[in-house]
Amino acid sequence: MNLPEAKVSKILNFSCVDGPGNRLVLFLQGCNFACLNCHNPHTMALCNHCGDCVPACPTGALSMIGGRVVHDPTRCDECDQCLEVCPINSNPKVFQVTIGEVLELVQRNKPFLNGITVSGGEATTQLKFITALFGVMKQSVSLRDLTCFIDSNGYLPEFAWRSVLPYTDGVMLDIKSFDCDLHCKLTGRTNERVLASARFLHAEGKLHELRYLLIPGMTDVPAEIDRLLDFVLDLSPGLNLRLNAFQHHGVRGEAQDWPAAEKDRVEEIASQLRRGGLSNVTTPAVYI
Amino acid sequence: MQELQARFKTITEDPSLSFSQKARALSLEAENSLAYPELDEDTARALEERVICDMYEGHAPFKPRYVMPDYSVVLKKGSEFLELEPAQTLDEAINSLMIAYHHVPSVTNMPVFLGHLDDLLLPYCDGVSEEALYSKIKLFWRYLDRVLPDAFMHANIGPSDNQVARAILKVDSELKQVAPNLTFIWDPEVSSDEIFQMACDSIIECSKPHIANHPVHQPIFDSAGYGIASCYNALPLCGGASTLTRINLYEVAKRSVSVEDFFQNVLPRYVDLNFRLTQVRVNHLFEKSRFFESFLVKEGWIAKDRFTAMFGIFAMAEAVNELQEKAGVAGRYGHDDAANSLGHRISAALAEAVASREMEYVWRGRAMLHSQAGLSDDGGCTPGVRIPYGSEPDPVTHIQALAGHHGYYTSGVSEILTLDETIRNNREALSQLVKGAFSLGFREFSANISSNDLVRVTGYMVRLSDIQKFKESGGSRINTTVLGAEASVTGAILDRAPRVIAHEFTRG
Ligand code: SF4
Ligand code: SF4
Repeated sequence: MNLPEAKVSKILNFSCVDGPGNRLVLFLQGCNFACLNCHNPHTMALCNHCGDCVPACPTGALSMIGGRVVHDPTRCDECDQCLEVCPINSNPKVFQVTIGEVLELVQRNKPFLNGITVSGGEATTQLKFITALFGVMKQSVSLRDLTCFIDSNGYLPEFAWRSVLPYTDGVMLDIKSFDCDLHCKLTGRTNERVLASARFLHAEGKLHELRYLLIPGMTDVPAEIDRLLDFVLDLSPGLNLRLNAFQHHGVRGEAQDWPAAEKDRVEEIASQLRRGGLSNVTTPAVYI
Repeated sequence: MQELQARFKTITEDPSLSFSQKARALSLEAENSLAYPELDEDTARALEERVICDMYEGHAPFKPRYVMPDYSVVLKKGSEFLELEPAQTLDEAINSLMIAYHHVPSVTNMPVFLGHLDDLLLPYCDGVSEEALYSKIKLFWRYLDRVLPDAFMHANIGPSDNQVARAILKVDSELKQVAPNLTFIWDPEVSSDEIFQMACDSIIECSKPHIANHPVHQPIFDSAGYGIASCYNALPLCGGASTLTRINLYEVAKRSVSVEDFFQNVLPRYVDLNFRLTQVRVNHLFEKSRFFESFLVKEGWIAKDRFTAMFGIFAMAEAVNELQEKAGVAGRYGHDDAANSLGHRISAALAEAVASREMEYVWRGRAMLHSQAGLSDDGGCTPGVRIPYGSEPDPVTHIQALAGHHGYYTSGVSEILTLDETIRNNREALSQLVKGAFSLGFREFSANISSNDLVRVTGYMVRLSDIQKFKESGGSRINTTVLGAEASVTGAILDRAPRVIAHEFTRG
């Protein structure tokens, strides 16, 4: 059988912020948005093997072999200098994993896990891999009780969602903004498909959580919050809504000059949404 | 003599010690002015070089290190010595316990074990309303923290789900006190999911309780059972531990030329010397101190033949890394499979050595192996078998790396997992982590949530704000803040505690 492989930037054995319970998280490389506020910009692009990062590595963990950049994890000390110099927001440390390798890791960590989550980048840019992985897990007697979640920006069209949903227990979906122009400015794309995905996933019973990032002066303005409230009320007042607070950690470019979201303001918006009828609004546990 | 008097004087005039802390420091100085029980030359040298260590317990052991009374005796039968009648009501039972605690010595002079409180109090709870129980426990808890302010003092609850255990978890997570420390004993066959989740939720609130894996502990002991005391020591109930001595594995590794030399020659040599040290101290306690003539023995709270000797080790991480270096291989402890296996091999060798050495005056004639974490700042050595601070991998990898050790350390392993605050929004993640750890054979589970004011240092609890106050103004009501561990000389203790905290909590 010819199963797809994935390009992965990181695997976490323990995460309590990517869905219910403890989850193994695969961060898949590559994104179809170009968010100004991205906290992990080096997950956006696939490496073109230009080699610019090779001399930047202080430990000699990177080398050019046959026209391709090769990363030696045993020599890498995670200083991330290679990420700094990459001109296209890529990462030379990205590695290929097979379905078999992921299954082996999941099996090994099974006693600790409530499930697995694929995140990104934008996970659904590697949809074939996700569909295959979740499909195998759902058929496996020893793994089928683990839940399979996708963390997504919602750009995937409905027909494509339909191919993966039979094996997916839930999706966590980001809405960057309701104003289409603002959405365009922030992400480089319009938001119709995102909103349509949210509605479709909810109708299918697979929308586990909506996420909304509060950026002061942009996405936290009254008009946006009103539309957020209406949108969620329309889906279901009990839907999980997670408010995230814009912070500078990891951010590049003009977004570094934007003000960070303050805890008081975030809590104020949360109470406003709760007063408006939403019953499951979560705010950040930490501000870093 | 003059030097001694100068030390006494410094203590009496120290502005940062309360009068009871001064009294305690003075008594330690007095004890340590006596000659040490006689050691042979090799043992004395190893102690002097601190390859083996007596935990600075004092020169004349006149009380066991950990006393684990069966408090049901005083509740059911009363006490002739203390002129107590058997308890008839919940108030009387709590009152008898409060009195009893004052008469139970230990290394800190405060009780390190408060009993299985739910088993002890449940028989008196018929007809007591939930509210009444809650307010009585709350007052009891306040009393313990204010009168016996020592975080080594440890209460046990579980494995059953009952009203006393629930009330204690509720009160404990509300009050967030340093004392008492708390262990919930978990047994999947007996404990309900709700009480287990309550315990996990309480960890998120205040980093307590610590959870003990009953199916792993229980077979080690007999029908009289066990209790968890102090820094997670599992010890025979109605007895305890006479002594705790320990080997600095890093020092042993440094004295070895190769891995094989370590296993063949050097480790066995220091294991032997540590046994000699232990036996000398145990002998002193049993033959000279007259401790066992106490009413505690006569009335059956404890039995003379139920005291074990704890055989401690620490600096496993440094020892493994040193041996890896000597073998010319790169992998580091906690991160590399080969390094981790070498660690497990050391634990197995220690367990075998302890199982084959006969000891006198010791419960079942054998010491019990212990992964020791009492004094945390040991010249940069990491407590017990832990992974060095700041270099811990993620919690799952962390547990997988250490699980292989847990089976060997029958009298306890102190492990602390640091979890970041995001877990507050996801309680299920914590309970799954605990279950995962236990399914791999973890003996006990402790966690700090990194923003909690109340945190574990080496195994005992301190309040970060107390340390802050201590630094600013000098003086703390809580003994453990000051004492760090029960080290010998006051000056050293005062230096140590804040440094320990800084060391453990600057890991970002
Ligand atoms: S993070 Fe990048 S630059 Fe740094 S050591 Fe690793 S490969 Fe080299
Ligand atoms: S990671 Fe970036 S800099 Fe390095 S080779 Fe790939 S594209 Fe070039």
